[in-house]
Amino acid sequence: MSHAATATLPGKRAYGRQAATGATRALSVVAVVATLVGFYELYRWIWSSTGWTYPFVVDDTSMPHVWVILHALWQPAQVNQPALGTILFHKSLFTAKEAAVGFALGAAVGFAIGIVLAHSRLLVRGFLPYIVASQTIPILAIAPMVVVWVNPKLPPSLQGWGSVAVIAAYLTFFPVAINTLRGLQSADPHALDLMRTYAAGRWTVLWKVRVPASMPFVFSALRIAATASVVGAIIGELPSGLQSGLGGAILNFNQYYSIEPQELWATNIVAALLGIVFFLAVVGAEKAIVRRAPENTA
Amino acid sequence: MSGMALTELKPGMSARLGRQARDWVPALVVFVLAIAVWQGAIAAFHIQQFLLPKPSAIVRSCWDQRHTLWPAGWYTFKEALGGFAIGSIAGMAAATVISRFRTLGSALMPLAVAANAIPIIAFAPILNNWFNPLSPSSKIAMAAVLCFLPVMVNTLRGLQSASPRQIELMRSYAASGFTIWRHVRVPTALPFVFTSLKVASVLAMIAAIVGEYFGGSYDALGVLIRSKAQILDFETAWAGILVASVLGIALYLAVAVAERLVVRWAPETRDS
Amino acid sequence: MSDRQGNVVEVTGVTKTFPRGNVQALENIDLSLRPGEFVSLIGPSGCGKSTLLRIIGDLIEPSSGSVVVNGKSARQARNDRDYGIVFQDAVLFDWRTVSKNISLPLELLGWDRAKRKQRIDEMLQLVELQGFGDHHPWQLSGGMQQRVSIARALAFEPALLLMDEPFGALDEMTRERLNLELLSIWQQLGSTVVFVTHSISEAVFLSTRVVVMSPRPGRIAGIVDIDLPYPRTVETREAPRYFELVTEVRELLRSRGAHLLPEEEAALHE
Repeated sequence: MSHAATATLPGKRAYGRQAATGATRALSVVAVVATLVGFYELYRWIWSSTGWTYPFVVDDTSMPHVWVILHALWQPAQVNQPALGTILFHKSLFTAKEAAVGFALGAAVGFAIGIVLAHSRLLVRGFLPYIVASQTIPILAIAPMVVVWVNPKLPPSLQGWGSVAVIAAYLTFFPVAINTLRGLQSADPHALDLMRTYAAGRWTVLWKVRVPASMPFVFSALRIAATASVVGAIIGELPSGLQSGLGGAILNFNQYYSIEPQELWATNIVAALLGIVFFLAVVGAEKAIVRRAPENTA
Repeated sequence: MSGMALTELKPGMSARLGRQARDWVPALVVFVLAIAVWQGAIAAFHIQQFLLPKPSAIVRSCWDQRHTLWPAGWYTFKEALGGFAIGSIAGMAAATVISRFRTLGSALMPLAVAANAIPIIAFAPILNNWFNPLSPSSKIAMAAVLCFLPVMVNTLRGLQSASPRQIELMRSYAASGFTIWRHVRVPTALPFVFTSLKVASVLAMIAAIVGEYFGGSYDALGVLIRSKAQILDFETAWAGILVASVLGIALYLAVAVAERLVVRWAPETRDS
Repeated sequence: MSDRQGNVVEVTGVTKTFPRGNVQALENIDLSLRPGEFVSLIGPSGCGKSTLLRIIGDLIEPSSGSVVVNGKSARQARNDRDYGIVFQDAVLFDWRTVSKNISLPLELLGWDRAKRKQRIDEMLQLVELQGFGDHHPWQLSGGMQQRVSIARALAFEPALLLMDEPFGALDEMTRERLNLELLSIWQQLGSTVVFVTHSISEAVFLSTRVVVMSPRPGRIAGIVDIDLPYPRTVETREAPRYFELVTEVRELLRSRGAHLLPEEEAALHE
């Protein structure tokens, strides 16, 4: 549902309108978060007053107060250490690095696979089922093997987190491949006919017609891939024993959960923010590159 | 009995089945070639067996350990299935409610899409603390949480995608809101719903296994794989991975078959 | 069932302004339709013909003025399902077969299965699609889909038929054939038809009266009585009187719509 007006440069009134939409958007985020926090505290209050134990027991350990969680970010996790928030921030940077590299790698591979498959229905029928099936393999189970196999092959500076990036790439390539394929196949048949009248070669047709037609699909996949890369990075860190990332923090704080539950909750909040930041980064990049409102996004 | 059934097939139908069978030949060829290459490469390049055992070794392990592997797989599968069911139904219900309030729906949609970006998998250890780590409840909860958002977002999108003309037509029949919902919005939404159910089916199994990583009963497949890997029995670990994958595919295929039966009109599932 | 003057549709002083962009789509429209008439609304884009059609059908509310259909308010007429509507695209439901698409309004009216089946068969025969009942919309051509759409609109035998450029998306030959079919159906059923079109020749060929509208704001520029005899056939299109009437309509469009933009004029074709 795009109108011609949005394709042209926005005028002053449009900027004003965009600012108003931005303000409304920010307000609705605040409203939703406030509602969720409200529900959380309400649930906690009801369950702890009545003492119900279904579905699970509610107390300070299982459901710390929201302000306790937020407060924990300002406190050091251990004596003589910087605040938890700072630590988690650096860990999220580490995980972000893995996710970003995984994202780039997976997107490139996925895009390439999509291009190759788009040229042959035989290849699609031969390989597509396995590409789909590849996502049913639990990467958490494979991660240790990947780490052991990939690490020695990497230069020392890349070791450790490099294999996690590979795992992130594994989750990322799939949506990009599938959507690239669909996008390339969605090119206007009339445009293809036109290219044929120019006796254009395969590569020209690819880059001048099919790839531009695939862009909306590819960007839609990149939004999913952004999330997938963060998820992959966190999951990949779990069995790899890396302490420097959010996955390590999760494992760590999980062990202390009964004593300091709010630290694991705080880690979850930071991980959530990381996922959202990645997502918004891709959306922003899409807006900047395409310069018209992408369909159906935040 | 199958002989009789075959003669009852309409001529068009058997041609269609034949075509569908032929469609799968390339995939079969790739499968056979891949296994052959795999088996040969390991022997030829002396790839460390512990990383990637020969397919023959994995299959043998599958068979030898079938009394532990398949029950474990079934145990984890039930967790995934339960979470898939709960999460999907909750997602569809939430979308139905939200779709009644148009402003709410359009306001929530971008937020829901952004919320989908949260790596909710990080919540698994907390779920394990809520529920007894050895019980399946935490894994079912994890799978349900993971399935909820994609199903909700896509169902909502589907419910909102009826064309204005169709709505005008129903209004010309003085149809009530519920009638419009039942006759137009729901059928329009079904293709969207099934697409998201396919995605959710894959996520459910993965969620169950990640949940088990943080603690689970020894009857569970994820725990089994991990413990076998720890004692360096990689053939069984890979066999377990194979079982997990097969079960995930099975769930996906079940949803795909249901889609084919229910949504016969969408372009992807049309006969002609 | 019609009001005191015997008119099926009585539009009085109808004005419609759309708040967005402050567009005055219609200004002071007065129109009366007698039972059994075939009335075309023709005019360039923006003259409000589709808006007027929707106001008669109570799909849009007028800003002022009144609409009486079958002696009742437009709202009541819609609730009583006194009319059937056909849009430019067939608006069929892909998840229903042709038969089930036609039976949709009948289901909503609560008809029982036997009665529905009988009516569906009658309708399929009327639009000459017997044997296609079990097909799905996507298996049919554009012309066939429109015929299903017409069958559906007529399924519960409404007194009034509203048509919004129903043949606009079809090619010339299909269009001419469907024109003849529509006339034959109209004469069999005796309904009143309000027909919105862009095509002067189609308007003159089909109608008893042609209502010419002009844009900005939407007004009735004039009404031309078409005194060609029924039944109209392929020969009618070659009669001298036909050409005279086409010219008359065109002149009306040009003169009253003297402020037509060139592209608007181009949109009105033979």
